[in-house]
Order: sequence, then structure tokens, then C-alpha cells
Amino acid sequence: MFQLIAPFFQDLYNRTGLNFIVFYDSYEYERFLSGISISLQLILWSIVLSLVIGILGAWAQSARSPVLRGLMDAYIQAFRNTPPMIQLLFFYFALGTFTPQVDMGGYYQPLISSFMWAIISLGIFGGAFNVEIFRAGLEAVPESTKEAAESLCMTKWQTYMHVTLPLAFRISLPALTNNLVSLAKTTSLAYVISVPEMTYTLNQVWSDNVNVPEMMLILFLFYVLVVSLLAAGLHFLERRLALPGYGQ
Amino acid sequence: MSGMAFRIEARRFGGGSFCSHVHWRHGLWLGLAFFGSLVFAYAQSEPGQQVPSAISTLILWLPFILKGFGLNLLMSFIAMAAATVLGIGLGLLQISKLPLLRWPAWFVTHLFRNSPWLVILFMVMFLVPFEMYLPGGERVMLPDWIKATFAFSLPVMANISEILRGAINSIPKGQWESAESLAFTRGQTLRWIILPQCVRRAIPPWMNWYALLALATPMASILGVREAVSNTQAAMEASGARPEFLIPFYLFLLCLFFAYIYPIAIWTRKLERKYAVAN
Repeated sequence: MFQLIAPFFQDLYNRTGLNFIVFYDSYEYERFLSGISISLQLILWSIVLSLVIGILGAWAQSARSPVLRGLMDAYIQAFRNTPPMIQLLFFYFALGTFTPQVDMGGYYQPLISSFMWAIISLGIFGGAFNVEIFRAGLEAVPESTKEAAESLCMTKWQTYMHVTLPLAFRISLPALTNNLVSLAKTTSLAYVISVPEMTYTLNQVWSDNVNVPEMMLILFLFYVLVVSLLAAGLHFLERRLALPGYGQ
Repeated sequence: MSGMAFRIEARRFGGGSFCSHVHWRHGLWLGLAFFGSLVFAYAQSEPGQQVPSAISTLILWLPFILKGFGLNLLMSFIAMAAATVLGIGLGLLQISKLPLLRWPAWFVTHLFRNSPWLVILFMVMFLVPFEMYLPGGERVMLPDWIKATFAFSLPVMANISEILRGAINSIPKGQWESAESLAFTRGQTLRWIILPQCVRRAIPPWMNWYALLALATPMASILGVREAVSNTQAAMEASGARPEFLIPFYLFLLCLFFAYIYPIAIWTRKLERKYAVAN
């Protein structure tokens, strides 16, 4: 791949001065690829964590214990209404200094790397929105549908698994798409705790080579592409799962 | 055609003082965590040494941090005003009959909606010159915070443009047709019939975007604008960069933003509920 495109971009640079160095310099190319990979991993894992938190949180919000409900409420409001960037700084710098260090044979490394802190922080941030989304979905399932299930002698658990959850998931999918897309964009904030993802990597590349406009173009293309693919995937899921005669 | 429909009256947006509806419980949790961390920091500082505690340091630097927070608020106000004006223009271009206007507006809207704030911030910071020449040959310096404000207004502009387009599309087609049958031109229909109804539908999402904008302003600190976060970091450095300061100082920042954003969020939700019923 690299051998194929390198001559073209080298030639482009020589002729026009457009310096897409990540496509013809093997060192920068490696850096670029690792940036893509870390960015995608970051997006994937923070989405997974936020979904897990969302599901558990929606379950906790319907719990009987008022303490649990109050805690969930406080968690949601605290993380929705504070800047995600300060949350990242807080997790990495404030909590990170108090996590234990691991002896790596001569030098010490924190138990939780900045990449892990980014996943944790962004996952918790996105999860706060997902809890509300899932809860709204669960609440939107009509009471009469549940009563109908009951009249068919389904147990509580059967009703939940076969009636409430499938419908709730479909109802919450459009809002979930929005939130996951916005979470994917927010992962670029991991820059502030120097996770070498796409924004950070290209920032280093343009600092080294003074080719801001070209790298900026790549950065825009990367995020537009990732966000469009994610949104397209979720829309596809939405269409596949759509029930005839239900919802829009 | 009276102007009543266009007037924004405070009493129509939630009754009386909305602050009384803020549930203190949520704020209490953050406040408790904040004071807990202060106690923790106090316990950690060794009694033998004569070092100031976290709380006295925080009080000492409070005016400096609040000054930075003031800049955050200023940036959010200016950016929101600019974004509203630009976004309405862009939204109207998006529903234009001319494809030559519609397509570029669609492109700009989607470019800025689908890019992270941080990337847009970098773009404006690095690609917009730090000084500008007016047509008269006068040189104007553009300070960093103005550029950051402009950068923050771009994604909000794109989203307001989408909100407006959505609101206009949500008005039943019959209204356009009846206006046409009453010999209204397209411009008149928009001005006197469609847009007044959009204002109402667009206000809750507009406020929501203001909250998101205010939450994004700390990003300016990455590029050296002296707002709340960079001032806090400077204060921590200046008072000896002690690790036990980190938790109380960052928690204080979180509380500061929470205290500002939470009432707005509550108010937005109230309006949403009210308009959902009215529509």
C-alpha cells in the first residue's frame, strides 16, 4: 500500500508543494497508521463502556432502592453538566496521581495508562447520556403492550426479555445514534491527556513539518469518514430492526 | 400583522424565578465531594511543615480563577450570538429554491456538524491569521480568545442551521399552501407565518446548544487562552504544584461549571415539556 502511493505523493510535493508527508515518508506513515488505530480503538472501547454503563444505569434507575436511584441521578446530572475536557483532566491528573504504580523492572509505570483513563472518562461521560436514553426507551413501551403480554401468561422475566427490551431498544435507537456519534467526536479530546490518537498524532506531524493545511484536511476527512460510517452503520441497524406498523 | 408573535417575553418561558426549581440534591453531591477532597488534602499535608492548606490556596487564587471563568462566559455569549445569526442565515440558505445556494449551505452545515470541536478549534487557530488588514489599510490584531470564540461558533452555527431547517420542515405543508392561496409571496410566508412558529420549537434545542457551547469553552485553554482551566493550572503551578491540590482544584472547576450549566439544563427541560404539550 505504502509503496503504491508514496511515489505519487512525493511527486505531488515536488511539483506543487502540497506536503502530504504521512503518505510518502515511511516514519510519518507509521505514525499516521498508529494514530488511526488508537483513535478507532478509543472510539470502540468508549462506546462499549458507555453502552454497558447505560444498560446497567437504566436498570439501576428502575430499582426500588431510593439510594441507588439518587446516586444514579446525581451521576447523570454531574457528568452531563460539566465540561468533558475537565472531566478528562480530573480523571487523569487528579485521580491518576493516586493510582498505584507498577514496577516494570527498573522503572515505574502507572497501573492505568492515559489511554485507559481516556476510555474510562469518555465512557463514563457518554454513559451518563445513554442511561437517560435507555430509560426513556423503557418508559416509552406502552403499558397496554405489557398488559397484553401478561394476559398471554408470560412471566415478568419473559415480558421483559421478549416484549419490553426489544421494543425499548428500537425506540431508543435514533437518540442512541446521535449520542454515539457525538461521543466518537468527543474522543478527540483525549488530546489533552496526550493519548496518541489521530488529533494528537497529526498535531505532532504538522509541528514537525509545518504543513498545517494539508494535515488539517486529512484530519477533517478522517473524522467525517469515521462519523459517517458510524452513523450509516447505526441507521442500517435501525432500518433492519424497524417493525412494520410500529413507530414512524 | 401585529408584532406580538415575534416578541420574546420572559414570562412565557417558565414561570417566575426558575432557580427555585433546581433540585439542590444534585449540586449537594458535587459539593460534598469537593469538601471531602479538601478534608483529604488537609489531612495529607504534613502538620510539621508550614505550608498553606488546599482551601486557603484556593481562596487566595479564587479571584484569578473566577476572572478566567468570566472569559469563558464572555466567549460563550459572543460565540452564541454569532452562531445564532450565522446559523439562521445558513438554515435559510439550506431551504433555498436555488440549488447553487442550497448545496454549499448543506455542505458547510454537514462539515461542521460532523467534525469534533477540537479539530475546528485547531483549524481556526492555525489557519486564521493573527492580524488582519482592513480595507483602509489599518492593521487589526486578532487576539487568541477572539479566534477561539469564532471557532466555537462554527459547530453551533451548523447545528442551529439544522435545527432551523428541521423546525421549518416540521410545519405542516398545508400552511404553505394556504398562505399561497392568500397571495403571500414565499418571503412573506416565511416571515409572517412559518418563522414565528419555528422560534417556539427551536428555543429548547437552541438553549441545549448554548449549554454544550459553554461546556466546550475550556478547550480554548489548550491553545493558551487564559480562561478558567489554564488559570487554575497556573494557580496550581504557582502554589508549588503539589499533587494533593489536584483533586480540590479540578473538582472546584467542575462545580463552577455545574453551578452555571445545571440551572440552564433544568430550564431547558421545563421548556421542552411545556412545548411538547402545546404542540
